[in-house]
Amino acid sequence: MLSRFVAFTSLGRKALPNQWDIIALAIVLAIFVAVAQGTHGVTAPLPPPDSSPMELDYWQLPYYGLRTTLRMFAAIAASLLFTLIYATLAAKSRRAEQILIPLLDVLQSVPILGFLSFTVTFFLGLFPGSTLGAECAAIFAIFTSQAWNMAFSFYQSLRTVPKDLEEVATGFGLSPWQRFWQLEAPFAMPGLVYNTMMSMSGGWFFVVASEAISVGDTTVKLPGIGSWLAVAIDNKNVPAVVGAVVAMLVIIFLYDQILFRPLVVFSQKFRVELTKSQFQEKSWIRDVFVRATALRRLMSIPGRTIKAIGLLRLDWVGEPMRRAWGGRKLVILADIVWYAILAALAVWSVWKLAGFVSTELSWADVGETALLTIITMVRVVALIALATLFWVPISVWIGLRPALAEKAQPLAQFLAAFPANVVFPVVVILILKWSLNPNIWLSFLIVFGTQWYIVFNVIAGAAAFPNDLKEASANFGVKGWTWWRNVILPGIFPYYVTGALTASGGSWNAAIVAEYVKWGDDKVEAHGIGAYIAKATAAGDFPRIVLGVAVMSIFVIAFNRLFWRPLFGFAERRLRLM
Amino acid sequence: MLDTQTKPEPDTKTLLEVQNVCQSYSTGTDAPGSLVLDHVSLRLDQNEIVGLLGRSGCGKSSLLRIVAGLALPAAGDVNYRGVKVEGPVSSIAMVFQSFALFPWLSVLENVELGLKARKVPPPEARKRALAAIDLIGLDGFESAYPKELSGGMRQRVGFARALVVQPDILLMDEPFSALDVLTAETLRTDLLDLWVEGRMPIKSILMVTHNIEEAVLMCDRIVILSSNPGRIAAEIKVNLPHPRNRLDPAFRHLVDQIYATMTQRTETEKSRGKFPGMGVGMVLTRISTNTFAGMMEEIAGEPYSGKADIPALAESLHMEVDDLFPVAETLQLLRFVEIAEGDIALTVVGKRFAEADTDTRKSIFRDHLLTYVPIAARIKQVLDERPSHKAPAARFREELEDYMTEDQATVTLTTVTNWGRYAEVFAYDETSQVFSLEDLH
Repeated sequence: MLSRFVAFTSLGRKALPNQWDIIALAIVLAIFVAVAQGTHGVTAPLPPPDSSPMELDYWQLPYYGLRTTLRMFAAIAASLLFTLIYATLAAKSRRAEQILIPLLDVLQSVPILGFLSFTVTFFLGLFPGSTLGAECAAIFAIFTSQAWNMAFSFYQSLRTVPKDLEEVATGFGLSPWQRFWQLEAPFAMPGLVYNTMMSMSGGWFFVVASEAISVGDTTVKLPGIGSWLAVAIDNKNVPAVVGAVVAMLVIIFLYDQILFRPLVVFSQKFRVELTKSQFQEKSWIRDVFVRATALRRLMSIPGRTIKAIGLLRLDWVGEPMRRAWGGRKLVILADIVWYAILAALAVWSVWKLAGFVSTELSWADVGETALLTIITMVRVVALIALATLFWVPISVWIGLRPALAEKAQPLAQFLAAFPANVVFPVVVILILKWSLNPNIWLSFLIVFGTQWYIVFNVIAGAAAFPNDLKEASANFGVKGWTWWRNVILPGIFPYYVTGALTASGGSWNAAIVAEYVKWGDDKVEAHGIGAYIAKATAAGDFPRIVLGVAVMSIFVIAFNRLFWRPLFGFAERRLRLM
Repeated sequence: MLDTQTKPEPDTKTLLEVQNVCQSYSTGTDAPGSLVLDHVSLRLDQNEIVGLLGRSGCGKSSLLRIVAGLALPAAGDVNYRGVKVEGPVSSIAMVFQSFALFPWLSVLENVELGLKARKVPPPEARKRALAAIDLIGLDGFESAYPKELSGGMRQRVGFARALVVQPDILLMDEPFSALDVLTAETLRTDLLDLWVEGRMPIKSILMVTHNIEEAVLMCDRIVILSSNPGRIAAEIKVNLPHPRNRLDPAFRHLVDQIYATMTQRTETEKSRGKFPGMGVGMVLTRISTNTFAGMMEEIAGEPYSGKADIPALAESLHMEVDDLFPVAETLQLLRFVEIAEGDIALTVVGKRFAEADTDTRKSIFRDHLLTYVPIAARIKQVLDERPSHKAPAARFREELEDYMTEDQATVTLTTVTNWGRYAEVFAYDETSQVFSLEDLH
């Protein structure tokens, strides 16, 4: 059930990269280089005027929480807008699809946190002397953590609209605009909501990481929980760290209850399955809105407006384009123009990259980063494996007990949304206190926030395990290891892969923050590409940041294609129940 | 309108004319695929129900979609009231086999959708939708969502949605085949009542079906399509008055006559069999070896003793034409039965198979599989020739895709894999997707 919604671009692509993948990779890396070089001159952007040092005043905490939440919503709104446009373009245009989807694949694999310093410099340069630039940079960072899987999910849905519903829409002469709002968007809704939920869960991590960012000598602190935490860390203020944890818990609890539960319930309406599903999600907030007549009336005004907009014909949207592309000669001409543009873009990218590599880098650097990436990869794999060994048995145990699963499931989802970086300082204190080996103990931070994806997916899998199979195995006396190996593990495998895949994606990003952690003036550092990028960021060393991010991206893409894709294919082909 | 008046007499009551329509599948390669429809011509007059009868793959659904303007024919014309159909026509509405309801819209909203798309003012749309819901017997379900309804109720929404736009022609694509027997019968009767009493706005109905009795029960004219490619094989007028009785001898006679027509082999079929494609490119239908055995045992046993009347056999096996014909024809391909004039008879080998034990059956099946199913022989040959006795499935899939669509290639390969496994000709490993001669003995 869940695995249907997983929007992971790499899963749909071949293991070996084709020309489009390479062009997409070149374009993304070249843009990095261009942005890095473009912002090189402005290493010391004007600090915002009101960057007075932040006071750790507990009365201000709710206000900071609100600012953080607002940033989050701005980012999700941007992601939604991006999704609607980008995915629709990719699904409707054969030409755009060729490049847009490989681009998504690359972008989804870029550890965007490593790139924060560029975006901050870039946006500060756009709005010199104003906090607006820093705000934009933070929102952009959150956006880049959310948008890709939403866009890909939407694209996938658009490509799989049932044929008979399409025929009804065509038969009734729906205009492209009407068709989009009456058929395509509603059909894509459950997948989009699921992915938005996953995105928002991941987003809190980025909002905390991007509010207080130092690039070389410049430190920008936006009012918010992330900055509060940064100040608390600088002052070695333990109660303030605890305050941030509590504030985050409250915020995520409210966001879950007020926004997400209702949304999940709402999206159930759009499922294309003609039987009522057994799992009925509930939301008391939604019940209040549905039952209270006054509230319902209030909501019906925007509701009706949206419906009316969806029913406008707006024939000028899309229709003229389709007609213009109609002629055979025009198609060929458009193809030539399109491919010429792409070729020019590819040439520019290669030229840019070649210039960058030859002037700024040596092979020794590349070798070093590759080695560091391998170390980080080993760390990610080992930790995911450890989390698996620890959590899978527990989650199965919970999932097989419906009453318990019903309580544990939201808790695990809640913990997945909780930004683990808020509790990093606590771990650092412990490491410093007992002088532990950071190479080992910092590693745990990598899966600290992401292990919950495994937990709630496996619980869902065990809870959905068919009762007749449970009874059959009990009837034949299947027990112990045989039961695990032949009954339950294959049964939950598709769910597990979904969870582990999400966890792995998040862990790569977490590595950048987790391998290099500060507590006041003390720095704890593990060996790995994450620490490399974090240190390069702190030093404002742009070529190294680009190199680190690029090498890491290439590894992540390879890892997804060579490891997760086959595993996912196996789960889908062999182990799907029903 | 002027157009229709200048045409000769009979055309004034002709609503729809299909002339020499051809359509072909697209294959995996650029080459034009096999023909689905081959110069099909058809006329639909006012006040008649016409049934398109044929087996799956005869192109009847393709033809319906061309008439609806949902697909364009590769060649030929469709004219509605003398105007060429080049896209959806507002006075032709369709009812789908799968209901095709929007799950996120309520019954009322589903029915209103077609009107809203056409800018009918909301109050009028509401009024007309309610009238259609009332007509079709959905009162009280206006605010329900499709997933809350039973299959029969869902299809009623499908009918209401089609009728509310007040079409001249109602197209129905196997509208009752997804319903259980009782529900289907109720819906048919209700629809016929409305039709006979003239309470629906429509002028005529064109329906696709694979159920012979349904066609005789409802239609004024039955057009039988042959398969591969789809051609018009026969046209039969049904002059029985409504309501028709399935037990009426005249009714039974018509059913028998249609069965006989559908089992007649054309000259080309006699020379190269019923299956589309030649040699390795033959498109197979997925049928379990258990079904083969079951049908042969049924024919061998009492009361048939080796030769059965197809309608009677269909009755005793509870199979519809769409289930029965593919099995019978595959058995014929394997030379286990002979089909002629509405009868199916076991061959000598077929009789031996029906009476044999499992190992003998496998051995008989193996011989016939390798002799009469070219793709099976091909796989065996490749495996024999290779020193490793292994070959990836992709190799054969690509070969098949030169002749047929990707979907057909998938079905054909799955089918031959299962038959080969039963016959123990070769093994197939799902995980590595490799055929081999291993693990056989």
